Amino acid sequence: MMENNKDILNAYVLPVLRDIKEALKAFGLPRLIITGFLLLLFIIAPFAGISVGASLTDTLGRFGQNAIMVLAMVPMIHSGCGLNFGLPLGIISGLLGATLAIETGIQGPLSFLLAILYSTPFALVFGWGYGKLLNKVKGSEMMIATYVGFSSVAFMSIMWLILPYKSPTMVWGYTGEGLRTTISTEGFYYHVLRDTLSLRIGSLSISFGEILFFALFAFIIWAFLHTKTGTAMTAVGSNPVFARASGISIDRQRTLSVIMSTWLGALGILCYQQGYGFIQLYQGPMYMAMPAVSAILIGGASVNKATITNVVIGTILYQGIVSMTPSVMNSLIHTDMSEVLRIIVSNGMILYALTRKSGASR
Amino acid sequence: MNKKMNRKFDTKDFIANNIVPIIFVVLCIVCYPIAGYSPEYLIDQIITRLVRNSFLVLSLLIPIMAGMGLNFGMTLGAMAGQIGIVFITAWNIVGIPGLLLAAIIATPIAIILGWFCGKMLNMAKGREMITSYMISFFMNGVYQLVVLYGMGPVIPLHSDQVILPRGYGVRNTIDLINVRRSIDNFLQFNIGPVRIPLLTIILIALLCVVIIWFRKTKLGQDMRAVGQDMEVAREAGIKVERTRILSIVISTVFAAYGMIIYLSNMGTLNTYNSHSQIGMFSIAALLVGGASVSRASIKNVFLGIVLFHLMFILTPQAGKNLIGQAQIGEFFRVFVSYGVITLSLVLYEIRTRREKAESAKVLANAQEAKA
Repeated sequence: MMENNKDILNAYVLPVLRDIKEALKAFGLPRLIITGFLLLLFIIAPFAGISVGASLTDTLGRFGQNAIMVLAMVPMIHSGCGLNFGLPLGIISGLLGATLAIETGIQGPLSFLLAILYSTPFALVFGWGYGKLLNKVKGSEMMIATYVGFSSVAFMSIMWLILPYKSPTMVWGYTGEGLRTTISTEGFYYHVLRDTLSLRIGSLSISFGEILFFALFAFIIWAFLHTKTGTAMTAVGSNPVFARASGISIDRQRTLSVIMSTWLGALGILCYQQGYGFIQLYQGPMYMAMPAVSAILIGGASVNKATITNVVIGTILYQGIVSMTPSVMNSLIHTDMSEVLRIIVSNGMILYALTRKSGASR
Repeated sequence: MNKKMNRKFDTKDFIANNIVPIIFVVLCIVCYPIAGYSPEYLIDQIITRLVRNSFLVLSLLIPIMAGMGLNFGMTLGAMAGQIGIVFITAWNIVGIPGLLLAAIIATPIAIILGWFCGKMLNMAKGREMITSYMISFFMNGVYQLVVLYGMGPVIPLHSDQVILPRGYGVRNTIDLINVRRSIDNFLQFNIGPVRIPLLTIILIALLCVVIIWFRKTKLGQDMRAVGQDMEVAREAGIKVERTRILSIVISTVFAAYGMIIYLSNMGTLNTYNSHSQIGMFSIAALLVGGASVSRASIKNVFLGIVLFHLMFILTPQAGKNLIGQAQIGEFFRVFVSYGVITLSLVLYEIRTRREKAESAKVLANAQEAKA
């Protein structure tokens, strides 16, 4: 009888345990902690007097706002350029598009389309230059990308002051020149996506507009990565020597990926503005790359591997924590340490990814 | 080295290798008449800033020697220094003894943080800079957790000067009236309107001597070997990981002392900003002085601080006089700080690649000749 039990144990139970262990290992300890923490928050929330519906609404809203910026990480990771710390460059293209669209004075949903339209040429040009630059510095893209982002934000801070914008909704009231630090999108494209196809069930409201908008671009990127060019891009990232041997132009693929990332960054910030309600200029975009980078890493991506699933899971987890911690903590211990926790979690996650062996090539 | 000296002086090469300092010299020359400051004022300001920042910038040299690039983790040392300063201000300890105590408190914290940073960087070989940069961000969160929530209830500190009225957490800005300029005033003399703080200068000179001496020690030689080629160094029996950790620990401890000197000179502590700002400015200053990711000397430190801070003083005033808006000058200097770091990093990468390609070509030619 004992023997029999042991056999069963060996044959059925142990492999399952091993599988679970392997799966956990692949999932990664930090990711596990973050998922557990988020679940815990949702469990505690009702006891702390917070409606789960409202929390979910908040999380989903933030997901819709931020997901495209996280998606912007994917092409560059695929082509081996690493994490796009230079996202602020894309954001700046978006800001240029947004301010130009408001400058025309056209209101309503049309202004959103205009903003996308106007930001596109900037994103293409900036992305092209940025891609060319990153091709010259293979191996330390991430460090240089960070500083390209910072420099461009600082440069544009000067530009926002001296560019000849005239629209009274945007310039400082008393001097009539120089853009304000925050500009409301009210009357232009405030909540254009959020209020389309939104569904209300009690305190829970889901905006399918935002989610579908994200899904559309996620699908485009997914489909692109399965085309011939997309496969070539992945090949460049995973094995440059092999890619060169099979006649793929490495530099061109990398530039293309950087342009895509930059454009998605521009689109992402527009999507963010329609949900958030404000355009943030000057130093606003400075650190916006960090949440996006951190989100995709939480979702399971590494420095040289990322999928659309990583984007979706990561954004939900990251934004879930960001939106849940303040409310739960406030009601439990009456102190808001959420901002500090956010800094530790998001930067800790980036640090974790950078110190993994898997991405040792760069 | 000799080969380089023997080669004829090439203007084009010189400009290409020193483009960043040259840009700054030109910038300062252009801004100087527009800003319209008197030379005495500028010299006094430059000396103040030299004594304020040199120690911090010098702390960056050792990791560069060990081939770990610019140590963005120096922010960690600055945090340790700030914690020391917070304690002595809360305990009301005055003058140089206070600063000494701050240094004593900061040392173990800096050692622990430096060790942590070094460990992490050993796990991320080949991308030390971005990793040390992220470490500084991550530890900034931990620092805020400790200083904003821990000080008061967990770490007993009870001083109205330091702790926020709510009973825990350190104030946003702390007036360091107890230790303001206490090192600088100790042995200060004036030449005309220019103040010369002798003791601080002696301290900085001492650190320079230590760094020069350190290069000649066994550990210093090991670090240079590790910086040249990790694998070769390992073959030669050098404990690569340990050497790298030590270089970061030393840098972090020096940065902590540098921060204490800096804060005592400034006279105010921005509890939640000072350290991150100082990291960026120190690195930018070093690069302005003509240093690169793999090579930096004491000469680069001083030249860099003079040029960078000259630009810092001149641009807001020049912007104000030129366009009527001081804010443009402010943004401009932020842009220049970031831009300089970007430019130096890019130029360094391009140069390294070119050198690699050239040496590969030389090797190929030699092999061909042999065959």
